[in-house]
Formats: sequence, C-alpha cells, structure tokens
Amino acid sequence: MNKEKVIFAFFIVLAFTLNFGFYLGDIENPAHHNIYEFFAALVVSMICTVIKFGDRTHLGALMLATSLVADLQLVIAAGIWGYAEHISGVGMDPSNMSSVVSLSGGALMANIISVILLVLETAMLRR
Amino acid sequence: MNNVIYLLLRRLRVPLITLIIVYSVSVLGFVLIPGVDDQGQAYRMDFFHAVYFVSFMGSTIGFGEIPYAFTPAQRMWTLLCIYATVIAWLYGIGTTLALLQEPVFGRLMRRRSFTATVRGIHEPFYLVCGYGVTGSVVVSQLVRRDIRVVVLDVEQDRIDALEMDELPVSVPALCADASLPDVLDAAGLQHARCVGIMALTNDDQVNLSIAIASKLLCPERLVISRTESDVTTANLLSFGTDLVVDPFRTFAQYLSLAAHQPYMHLVYDWIHNPYHRPLSSVYQRTRGRWIICGHGRFGRALYRAFDESEVEMTVVDVDPAKIDQIPNQVTGVGTEAVTLLEAGVHEAVGIVAGTGNDADNLSIIMTARELNPKLVTVVRQNVHANALVFQNSRADFIMEPGRIIANRVLAHVRSPLLPVFIEHMQRHHDDVWAHTLINRMSSVVGDQELDTWAYTVGEEQTPALMEAMAQGFELKISLFFKDPHNRKRNLHAFPLMLRREGVIDMQPGELDLLQPGDELLICGLNKSFRRMQWTVNNYNVLHYVLTGNDASNSLLSRLLQSRS
Repeated sequence: MNKEKVIFAFFIVLAFTLNFGFYLGDIENPAHHNIYEFFAALVVSMICTVIKFGDRTHLGALMLATSLVADLQLVIAAGIWGYAEHISGVGMDPSNMSSVVSLSGGALMANIISVILLVLETAMLRR
Repeated sequence: MNNVIYLLLRRLRVPLITLIIVYSVSVLGFVLIPGVDDQGQAYRMDFFHAVYFVSFMGSTIGFGEIPYAFTPAQRMWTLLCIYATVIAWLYGIGTTLALLQEPVFGRLMRRRSFTATVRGIHEPFYLVCGYGVTGSVVVSQLVRRDIRVVVLDVEQDRIDALEMDELPVSVPALCADASLPDVLDAAGLQHARCVGIMALTNDDQVNLSIAIASKLLCPERLVISRTESDVTTANLLSFGTDLVVDPFRTFAQYLSLAAHQPYMHLVYDWIHNPYHRPLSSVYQRTRGRWIICGHGRFGRALYRAFDESEVEMTVVDVDPAKIDQIPNQVTGVGTEAVTLLEAGVHEAVGIVAGTGNDADNLSIIMTARELNPKLVTVVRQNVHANALVFQNSRADFIMEPGRIIANRVLAHVRSPLLPVFIEHMQRHHDDVWAHTLINRMSSVVGDQELDTWAYTVGEEQTPALMEAMAQGFELKISLFFKDPHNRKRNLHAFPLMLRREGVIDMQPGELDLLQPGDELLICGLNKSFRRMQWTVNNYNVLHYVLTGNDASNSLLSRLLQSRS
C-alpha cells in the first residue's frame, strides 16, 4: 500500500462528495446551497491540486489538469458570490445563485473525471 | 532540467498544503466568531470579508479591523491567526530556500525517517544496494511481483530518479554509502523480514564488503553479488555468497550456447529474459569460425567458454603480448578492413566486438557487415548512455552488463530451481530435446512473456494440497493446471521439472502422484500463475478442481453434510 496514494484518493473523493453535496438542490434557491459546504469544497479541491504537483505519469498530468479545472470554476463561483453579496448591491438574487451553482456543477464534472481517472489508475495496478 | 521542476513541485507540496489549511482555518474562525457592529448589534462576518481580512493580515500589509472594530474574542482569534499565517509563510519560503541548500540536518532527518520506515515493514523484502541500470531493472521487476524492496545508493541523483519512477508500491530509499555496516543495518540488514541482500553497485570492493557484513551478521540470509573480476568472485564464493554474477562470464556462456546449441539457447533466453525473441528467430547458421575482437576481461571469458564447447575462433587484439599464447591470432583493433580480412571475415559465421571502447565496437561490426553481410554480430556496450545508438546498430546480440546481471538475479529470485533446470538440461539433454521443449513453450505462451514459478508441496506454500492429502485425496500433478473457474479447461502452463528427494524429473508426466516435499517448477503465462494460486491456497477451490463439486467447506456445511 502506498501512503501517498491513499491520501490522494481520500482528498479527491472528498472534493467530489463535498461538491456534489453543494450542487444538490434547487438551482435558484440559496437556502438549498450551504456556503460552508462551498468553502470546504474549494479548500479540499485546492489541496487535491497541490498533492498532484510533480507527478510525472500521464494519468497524474491528466488528474492535475482536471483538478485545476475544478479549482478554476470554484474560484470563479466564489468571485460571483462575493460580487453578488457585496458589490452589486442587490444581494443574492436567483440569477447569481444559479450561476454559482452551475459553475459548481461544472467543477463537479471535472471532479467526476478525476475520480474516474483514479479508479482507472487503481485498476491498472497489478495487485 | 525537467526533473528539477518536478522535484521542486513535489517538495513544495507540504508547505503549500500547510498554507491552504492555515488560511482556510483562519477564514472559518472569522466567519464563525460573532462580532459587534458600530451600533452595538451582533453580526457575523461573511466569507468575503473574512478572506479579505485574513489576506492582508497574513502578509501584514497595513492593518485595520474591518468592517467594525473587533470584539475581544475576535482579537484573540486574530492573535492566533497572525502567528499561524506568518509561520506558514515562513515555512513555505524556508522550504524553498532549503531545497537549494540541502542542509546536513535534512539528510539526518531523512536517515531517521528511512530507518523508521524500514523498521515498520511487515512483509518480506529485499535490500538492494546500488540503483544503477541493474538495480533499477531488478527493483521494478520485484515491485511488479508485489515484493517489497529497500534501496541504498551512494548518489542522491539515483535516489531522486527512484522517487520519480512512480513505482506502485512505496520503496524506501536512502542516499548513503552501502559499504558502511551501520548504513546497512539502518536499511534492514538484521530485520527479521529481510529475505536477501543484493550487492549490485559498480564497485567490487563495496560489493565485497556488503557481502561480508551480511554473512557475518546474518549467516542464513541470501546474498547476491555482482562482480567483475575473478579474484573477487573466488573471494565472494569462499565465504558462502549464494549467487555471484559475473556479467562477462555469464554472457560468454550464453553466447557459446548460441554458437553450438541454438534451441537450448532459445530455452535459456525465454526463461531468463522477459523480452525474448520469437521462435522463428533461432540462429541456424552458427556453426563455424568466430572472430573475437578484444582480449580483455570479456574476450578472455568468451575464449574460455568457446574453447570448452569446441568452437573454432580467431582472436584479434591491439596488444600482441596479450594474445601470443593463442593459436589463431591477428594483431590490430579490428576497425579496419585489413585486419578483419586477415582474420578471415569472409569464411567466419560470427563476429564479437568486445573491446572496452563503444565507438570501436560499433565500427568493428559495421566494417565486418560490409565485408560479409551474413555475419552474426555481437557487440559489447560499455556505457549505458549509448543505448540509443546500440539499439539501432542492428547487431544480433548486444551485451549490456547491467541487464544481464538483472536477468540472472531475477531468475534466481523467482526460483532457485531455475539454475538447476538449466544445468541439468545442458548436461543430460541435446538440442533436439530443447527444440521440442521450445515448441511446447511456444504453443502455451505464444509471443507473450513467459513466466516461471515453483512450488514446494507443504504447509507453507500449498496449504490446500496438504489438507486434501490429509483427507485422503490422491493428488496428481495435473490438478495444478486446471482452471479454477472451470475445471474442464486447462491453464496456459505446464510443468518443467519435478525434484523429489534430490532426484530430478524433467517435464514430469501430468498423472504422477504428488508427495509432500516435492518441488515443482512450472512455466506459463503470469495470468495462469495467479489462477493457480487459488487452487493451491484455497481448499474450497481445490475441492472444486478435484471433484467438480462446488460445495463450501465451512464448519456448518460440514456438519450438515455429515448429518444428511
């Protein structure tokens, strides 16, 4: 058993599940989307990216790419959230909420690909 | 240069993760701790303001309490966060600087954690000293077979290379001088689960001291060593080293087999080398005169091996003093046509370019091939970095010491029965026998990799068989080769050799009865090996293979069966 791989698998699955939990619910309804869960998903997703730094295998590079995509979408979603609450002056309206959730949906797709790659990598190991 | 970037990224993982965690905990704290606004009403900071505040606080660019003056609880948390974020930043920058300087302290810490990791290994493992060409091939092949390995090497570059190789099982490695006994001890020389030591460094003296230390401290442990001189070989064997591999001698024997017994040579090649040649490639035209260029260590070993199997040869060397005892000799390097013509290149069947200079060797075979295109060409590669040129040299055999040693060592690790099989085959059988064997191997594995493995019938390796014997079943060799998924099908494997009480039976019949203590050598596809493991280890599977009855063998079902 490789300790590094266990830690990585843990974080990548955690990122996926948190993101899924946030995404679940009515797309326009802020009450269905917990901000703490969003925060946790963003942090875990960033940790995932850093763990994959310096992996030279082809699958490692793909995973780094997918988790960078997830980061990008989540960071943009966070930016929209901050803009809606504090800068726009109208607060969190349904259109902003739906952009945030749909961006997190995009990140969710990237997370799914990461998890698929992880499963593939594991299946390719001869154990 | 690419390696440096990857290494930098790898080393920065921990500081970056620390930064992310410290920042996220700080932000979360500010969001959770209630504050009071300028009207004296309670409020909670939102994520936007918390991230903003922590960002400028962590980097200490200006300071102010936003959006309202803090409550004492918020100030206490701020105090904690200031220290945590500053420390995290310093740690991140410090690690980057340390990477450029590699302090002694870091080396000591690595040694400590390496020792702790090795001590914590609970599976059998090999200790490999030297991670050069040989070491890396041996390690990757062992790991592929799920065998744990610990690596020592004197150069940090090679340890970094190991880290970059991304092996599926973690391999503890340390940069240290393996000839020092305390380093060996830290690497698990006296560890109870250490199966064997492999001294594969390119320095004979280091290999010698590793072998001596191992035999003195743990006399029972397997020791495999490489060597490049006869003096060291004799020395190593004198105190009981289990396997001594001299690449020159090994290759000389291998080549002399090709020169007079092509099919036996192919059997040897298939068993030792995972990337073996196809059946059709057998060298038909190898009987006749050979030209050997260079009479150094390799040339001498080859001369001796050819002489023993009565192959005609002509020796070419620059130094006339070296070859004055040899009947057919020509003075010269062999790179010019004159020398080769004098050595009789038109009548020869093969040429060996075995000097210590890679450029000379390539030049020799190119000149020789121009003079006689039908020649079998053998070329010695001295420097691993020249691999690309040699691969494209179209030579029939490339002698690269590192790979030869690796194949020999791996064959020994796979099963000590293999050398016995090879030796017995060479002594008691002829090339016709080898031809039928290679046909059988070919029909079983085709062009895929041939794997070999062995079982000793007993509690340790085949517990299911022992239980079946205790229940009175008569066990035939054929049961090994039945597919545990469907016993009407056979696995892609067959028995090579059976050793019972020291008596050797080559290619035993599949209806022979097994006895406890039998040693069976099997070859076939690796896939079949994994299936066979089921049959010999799991009594329920074995019961199905023997009887076709798929009943489980739990205590409950046994009770029920005895009732009915």
